[in-house]
Amino acid sequence: MKKRKAYIGVMYVLMAVSTALTCGLALFLMGYVLIKGLPNISWQLLSTKPSYLSGNIGILPDILNTVYIIVASLLIVIPLGAGAAVYLTEYARNKKLVAVIEYAAETLSGIPSILYGLIGMLFFCQFLGFQTSLLAGALTLVIMNLPTVMRTTQESLKTVPQSYREGAFGLGAGKWRVIRTVVLPGCVDGVITGCILSVGRILGESAALLFTAGFAHALNGFFEALGSAGATLTVALYFYAKEEGEFEVAFAIAALLMLLTLLINLLAALAGRYFKKRRSQ
Amino acid sequence: MKSKKQVTERLVHGVFLLLGLITVGCVLLITVYLILSGLPAIREIGLFDFLFGKTWKSTAEEPSFGILPFILSSVYSTAGALLLGVPIGFFTAVYLAKLAPPAVKSFVSSAVSLLAGIPSVVYGLVGMLVLVPAIRKLFDVPDGASLLAAIVVLAIMILPSIIKVSITALDAVPKDYEDASLALGATPVETYFRVSVPAAKSGIAAAVVLGVGRAIGEAMAVMMVSGNAPNMPSLFESVRFLTTAVASEMSYSSGLQRQALFSIALVLFLFIMLINATLNFFLKRSKEK
Repeated sequence: MKKRKAYIGVMYVLMAVSTALTCGLALFLMGYVLIKGLPNISWQLLSTKPSYLSGNIGILPDILNTVYIIVASLLIVIPLGAGAAVYLTEYARNKKLVAVIEYAAETLSGIPSILYGLIGMLFFCQFLGFQTSLLAGALTLVIMNLPTVMRTTQESLKTVPQSYREGAFGLGAGKWRVIRTVVLPGCVDGVITGCILSVGRILGESAALLFTAGFAHALNGFFEALGSAGATLTVALYFYAKEEGEFEVAFAIAALLMLLTLLINLLAALAGRYFKKRRSQ
Repeated sequence: MKSKKQVTERLVHGVFLLLGLITVGCVLLITVYLILSGLPAIREIGLFDFLFGKTWKSTAEEPSFGILPFILSSVYSTAGALLLGVPIGFFTAVYLAKLAPPAVKSFVSSAVSLLAGIPSVVYGLVGMLVLVPAIRKLFDVPDGASLLAAIVVLAIMILPSIIKVSITALDAVPKDYEDASLALGATPVETYFRVSVPAAKSGIAAAVVLGVGRAIGEAMAVMMVSGNAPNMPSLFESVRFLTTAVASEMSYSSGLQRQALFSIALVLFLFIMLINATLNFFLKRSKEK
């Protein structure tokens, strides 16, 4: 009896310590970064570009580059990922082919971002001749996020009741018409969830962008920027912290990223809850 | 009229088939590119000298390209991160999945999601300014940028994957098992650790393997805290990993040095494929149950 009590006690202590550690680490990281970073965020920093002449450091180009790369990646990855999911749930009959496609998707999600960076550099920058540019970076991120969008869309397509499809077929609709009118509206949930997750991943990505999108801090419009090199916020953070030793700027960017991460987590949780509620109705 | 409709249907089918195959295409592209670009240097240097050579001097007069230090550093740091991260993640997961009250569960879950969402450069930055000086002071070593710092950072970074996948596995344990154990007089804690955990062991193993993949593939965070010198691994030495070896020299490399970097990427890719296959094995087994 004593031994049992001791066992239970030890397990409780281990669980409490582990959970406290996990929470403590998250809170510490958030608190530390925000406390060190928030005071360094100024309008000047957010709204100007860096200049060697005046010694000014501004992260406006980096913010814009991040937005551009997110927009460009999503524009490409959504049709590709959603299309792949539609194929898997609506068309594919061959079980072996489905298994191969799903295995490929899992493999893609396991490949480290540094390898994506390398492949992106070899294929998009050199082979296709895009040079080091935001477009090359965005395309690299498309491959990275493809499995995510595919998986979330697949999940939401599975919840479209089979009877809807049968009803449409019964009314004489062709396959493509059923997909357009019944299936695609049903995958909106999944696409939105996939977008939120992808934005989070793109925001935090750095290793895949180092050699594909580069380091430049020029202020450009959308299409101009896609063709030229540019650092996103994470790459800029790395650059300022490791190469320049400008820790104040680095922490300001880190705080900004932390706030955006919190926002995205909140959005993902809200979206998840909303879609679940709508489905159960 | 009908034939036009059929043509459209065929066309649409074809387009979706192409989209469906795009992941397969990407994997093939990546594999072919890594193999084609990775082999020349290995052929030139010699497989044995490349994999088991102990010195990496890529820019010296007489360069030597031995990546054993990188392989061992990657393996040791991953093992160290597992040693620290797995127990913490495991116990947190059991608590969250089985015992935590709803309010605690939702709070800790959002903390875990936050850990998962923090960009790796932010881990690197905090590691550089908090962990590295702390190690220097605590262990009285000249520089805190070391294998140990990388291990601690990686342990924190793999926590979310381990916790989330373990929780999914523990949630899937049939309630009958637990009820039977409770009815036989076992306490809840005994039931969860002696019935639920063994029942979920394939899923938990998958969580650990996923953590291995994350740890071995991480580049930026460890690059910022490990000092980046190509030493043979030792806890308080500055080290370089497979990932950081590629990242740190790529921008100024040329010729054989550049090709050798591609070969390192190929070695890393083989590690990852091996880990993926293991992961799939465990995931399949936990689904079959």
